[in-house]
Amino acid sequence: MHTTKVFLKRNKIGNYLKHAREHYIRDDIYCGFESCDKCIRASSNLSSKHVNKCELFQKNHYLILDTNVILDQIDVLEEDVLGNVIILNTVLKEVKHRNMPIYKRLISIIENGSRHFYIFINDYHKDTYLKQETTELVNDYNDRCIRKACSWYAKHIPSENFVLLTEDKDNRLIAQNEGISSYSIVEYVQNLPKNTNLMDKLAKKEYQEKLNAADIFPPHLTMLEIDGGIKAGRLYQGTFRASRDNFLEGSVNIESFEDDIIIRGYNNLNRVIDGDLVAVQVFEKDHWVSPSELVLEDDTINALDDNLEKKELELSKQPASKKNIKPTGKVVGIIKRKWRQYCGILQEGSAGVYHLFVPADKKIPKIRIETRQAETLKSQKIIVAIDSWPRNSRYPNGHFVRALGKIGDMKTENEVILLEHDVPHSQFSEEVLNCLPKLPWAITEEDEKVRVDLRSIDICSVDPPGCTDIDDALHCRPIDDNKLEVGVHIADVSHFIRPYTALDEEAAARSTTVYLVNKRIDMVPDLLSSNLCSLRGGEERFAFSCIWEMDHNANILHTRFHKSIIKSKRAMTYEEAQLTVDDKSQTGSLAQSLRNLNKLAKLLKMRRMDNGALVLASPEVKIMMDSETHDPIDVEVKKLFETNSMVEEFMLLANISVAEKILSDFPDCAVLRRHPEPPAINLEPLVKAGKHLGFEMNMESGKKLAESLDKAARDDNPYLNTMLRILATRCMLQAVYFASGTLQKYEYFHYGLAVPLYTHFTSPIRRYADILVHRLLAISCHADATYPDLMDKKKTAELCHNMNYRHRMAQYAGRASVALNTHLFFKGKIQDEKGYILYVRKNALQVLIPKYGLECTLYLGKKDQKLDIFTYNEENQTQTCGDIVFHAFDPVTIRLSIDSKNIQHEKFVLQLVHPSVEGFSVPPLDAEMAEQEVPQKKRKK
Amino acid sequence: MSKKELISKVGLRLDGRRADELRRIRCKLGVFSEPDGSAYIEQGLTKVLAAVYGPHQVRGSRLKAQADAVIINCQFSMAVFSTSERKKRPRGDRKSTEMSLHLRQALLAAIEVEKYPWSQIDIYVEVLHADGGIFPACVNAATLALIDAGIPLKEYVCACTASVANNNQPMVDISHEEEILGGPTLTIVALPMCEKIVLMEMSRRFHLDHLQLVLEKALEGCKNTKNILDQAVHNHIIDVGASTGWASTGEKVKR
Repeated sequence: MHTTKVFLKRNKIGNYLKHAREHYIRDDIYCGFESCDKCIRASSNLSSKHVNKCELFQKNHYLILDTNVILDQIDVLEEDVLGNVIILNTVLKEVKHRNMPIYKRLISIIENGSRHFYIFINDYHKDTYLKQETTELVNDYNDRCIRKACSWYAKHIPSENFVLLTEDKDNRLIAQNEGISSYSIVEYVQNLPKNTNLMDKLAKKEYQEKLNAADIFPPHLTMLEIDGGIKAGRLYQGTFRASRDNFLEGSVNIESFEDDIIIRGYNNLNRVIDGDLVAVQVFEKDHWVSPSELVLEDDTINALDDNLEKKELELSKQPASKKNIKPTGKVVGIIKRKWRQYCGILQEGSAGVYHLFVPADKKIPKIRIETRQAETLKSQKIIVAIDSWPRNSRYPNGHFVRALGKIGDMKTENEVILLEHDVPHSQFSEEVLNCLPKLPWAITEEDEKVRVDLRSIDICSVDPPGCTDIDDALHCRPIDDNKLEVGVHIADVSHFIRPYTALDEEAAARSTTVYLVNKRIDMVPDLLSSNLCSLRGGEERFAFSCIWEMDHNANILHTRFHKSIIKSKRAMTYEEAQLTVDDKSQTGSLAQSLRNLNKLAKLLKMRRMDNGALVLASPEVKIMMDSETHDPIDVEVKKLFETNSMVEEFMLLANISVAEKILSDFPDCAVLRRHPEPPAINLEPLVKAGKHLGFEMNMESGKKLAESLDKAARDDNPYLNTMLRILATRCMLQAVYFASGTLQKYEYFHYGLAVPLYTHFTSPIRRYADILVHRLLAISCHADATYPDLMDKKKTAELCHNMNYRHRMAQYAGRASVALNTHLFFKGKIQDEKGYILYVRKNALQVLIPKYGLECTLYLGKKDQKLDIFTYNEENQTQTCGDIVFHAFDPVTIRLSIDSKNIQHEKFVLQLVHPSVEGFSVPPLDAEMAEQEVPQKKRKK
Repeated sequence: MSKKELISKVGLRLDGRRADELRRIRCKLGVFSEPDGSAYIEQGLTKVLAAVYGPHQVRGSRLKAQADAVIINCQFSMAVFSTSERKKRPRGDRKSTEMSLHLRQALLAAIEVEKYPWSQIDIYVEVLHADGGIFPACVNAATLALIDAGIPLKEYVCACTASVANNNQPMVDISHEEEILGGPTLTIVALPMCEKIVLMEMSRRFHLDHLQLVLEKALEGCKNTKNILDQAVHNHIIDVGASTGWASTGEKVKR
């Protein structure tokens, strides 16, 4: 059978076009029941053995779900309770259209055979297809289709019962009138035996308690009004970003405005949550404000009362300096919510079933949830999802999803970090592990035929201590008097990870290995990452080699790439390598080649700097762990040796050489890495900071910037230069992967390294991009064959997008882990530390403590109220108290401790030690006193 | 990830077909009385009319006439209302010239040209509605029209398109929607009985791994098309024959 759908659609230019599409109606669609003899058989997960127990019904029954049930109650569906569920294709399509993440979760439930879910293709079935009436809304049409499918099932298999679950009251009523048994999911779950867990997970749009409360928020505009407003230019569309420091403020990035639009105040924010796509109305110019310098936290304990107004007042009192005003506006409607699940803890101090939940992410407001397990959950980290935010509620409503474990427990905290950063960290599946080579693994003759044998060459690897995933090794040997042969050998991961395998898909999804302080989440299974691919000392391994012939001035004379077999002579640490280079008594070939490499590296580095490469800095620390208790025992800044830079230089060189090669062979689909030049606006803080200190920052080009950074140094404050570099790092944009065919050639530039072409080739064990580059290069040197997806620039672009996302998240997760462990380290300690002021705020100083890489806030005065002794000068960014002036980058001494009053939410507390300000700072802590005090503190606990 | 999957989770395409199913083909021979042969074909929503004049004396410059073969003259055109956007389509623009050329090439392979020296055959095709696979529909329509005109053919010449879906699955007979959303499209004109490929065209480059799969799919599509056309020709002959009496073999006319 055959029918056509005709509909009107507007195209980009604004013309209305008529589209006609075919719609084939089939008679070969299976209903999914084994007992059915009318349908053509296909596979089905429905099982007559599974019994749904619900007190509403005497008999076993099959469930048919409405779209709203799936969208709102996916957490309930994921629980292994409901089974024999029929998902209609109409519903599936709508879910996919409305919410992709939920769609993916639904698919994974459907694919799990033990859950007995079945997709019935009602919209192409000859008996259940309905034609949409011309005046019928899509929603009504879908509801009609669902009801039609229900009644068809009842007629088709009279011996079974079918129950329609829907949240839509009208739909339920019509269904009941048509003789379909229909309930809401709440009714249904309430009548399930042993339902406490499920009851908690039910999403609720409204809470009984507050049903009649007065509205406190203005209403949102409807989609239609928003559309009209945007078209008329009254409203703007953009993504909302909450401020990390101030819960009453956020900004919306709008394309047509140069600056972000500031949104301030609870009513103006109007129930928006970080990440939402919103419609904004911009105020008249005389209502514009400057971004707040205040640091505000929502510390309301009890949902009812509020110091909210007080805080708002404080915020509005702020003198509007005319100079710094930015466009300001309010949120009038939400175009798309970007809600996800949030990790956090329950807030203490409320009884009953309603509780406030405090998310770990400061940008997310507190969430009200209903749970009957508060006692047990109080000491746990939990996950909560937001369901709604009605106008009469100060907080959004949500529901409990699951508990992660005890607060403060290392495992739980790691889990929280991984979840918050969306890091896939489940065990590798059976399917993935099946793709691994079988042990014992050995090099065959065939392998030897296609690879260059470099086993006789003295190759060594240099890595940080304790590194088990060694992916690079080096060698250098003289060929004749004027020439050196330098080789970089990279683990040949693409030999083991073949396209279109489960292993490849998993690696692509993970995209990167994530390093937490005490845990590594591998991109590829352990067997590969720390054994077969790892270039361990004394073992024969496959490698992808990049070999240059160079003269003694580090000029490249010839480059070649090939797959090879190598045997690393030794796996060294940076420190060992450094000692070998420095120790003149060592004259072995290994020492010789290291010295040559070092010499060349220095030349290469110099040349790179001359080209305008930036030296940036970020406070990176290493946390020493107690090997048994896994508690952090010391925090130190990472030490850098000359050999670090040596290895880095050659890796850079290899990456550049490979980038040139793959781009010339695959102009359309090469995976490259670019670092865009930061827009002038981003660099403003750096220019300002430089100005205050009397340095001219030249931003014209990377080279000029590098030069001005080099010049900006002062003898009395040696750390100042580093601080500037840290600041510069923060002004930079992220470097990203891209497919060469998707951008113009001049956009390929890597700003930070000052090279026209760059890619990642040297760490295939921990980065997926490198695997792709390996595959491309392997094709270039005729060692491998192409496959369709690799040549498709669209697919490559998709992969790049995912890699960039995962990469960023992995970075954040790593930093969060360091922060967490620093926290643990300071527990019960009080220390005086040297720090530097990074930013001056209106009521606080942002202080960086380089020793621990910590960045903390020193509140000037009690929270919320500023001590009067400080005078803030916005123009120069200073705080003055008497004759003491705090500039940015000034050194200070800070007393550091942890406020453990609230076990659930420990915070760093800073007190000023030097320079001493009467009535504010504390006297320096003697070393002795410190020691006394530490045990005292411990005893108290 | 592209937004729409061409083959959904449940194995159906956007319009409800499976990967190896053709769109519905409906065709009719002898729709006009003026030309020597004519045909109308619908493949899904794509609708094409074809008319054949000839063989007749060579028109215009006699110099073109060949001693050993007939001249084949093809003209492709699209109606202004054939796409969702109304566009003036001047005759002789690049696209239609190319289409005409391809069409001529495709038909040359089937027509027994040596039978009509010093003469000419004109073939006109007009696309009434374009919904993907215009060229194959034109070839199929022209074949039917040639048969209707009684011009001897070596065999049916049929055409079909194929492409690959999101999950590297080949699919046959590409609709306009799929053309836009999907990857490259392969068009094949074949003599299905002897499995000879007459003409092959790709909208973009295929990966070598895909090409074989897609080619097989498209060939299979040509064969299926041939069966449908064959049936239509049979019915037409029975129809025509029934009214004149010479084909009253007693076989029931199927419609």
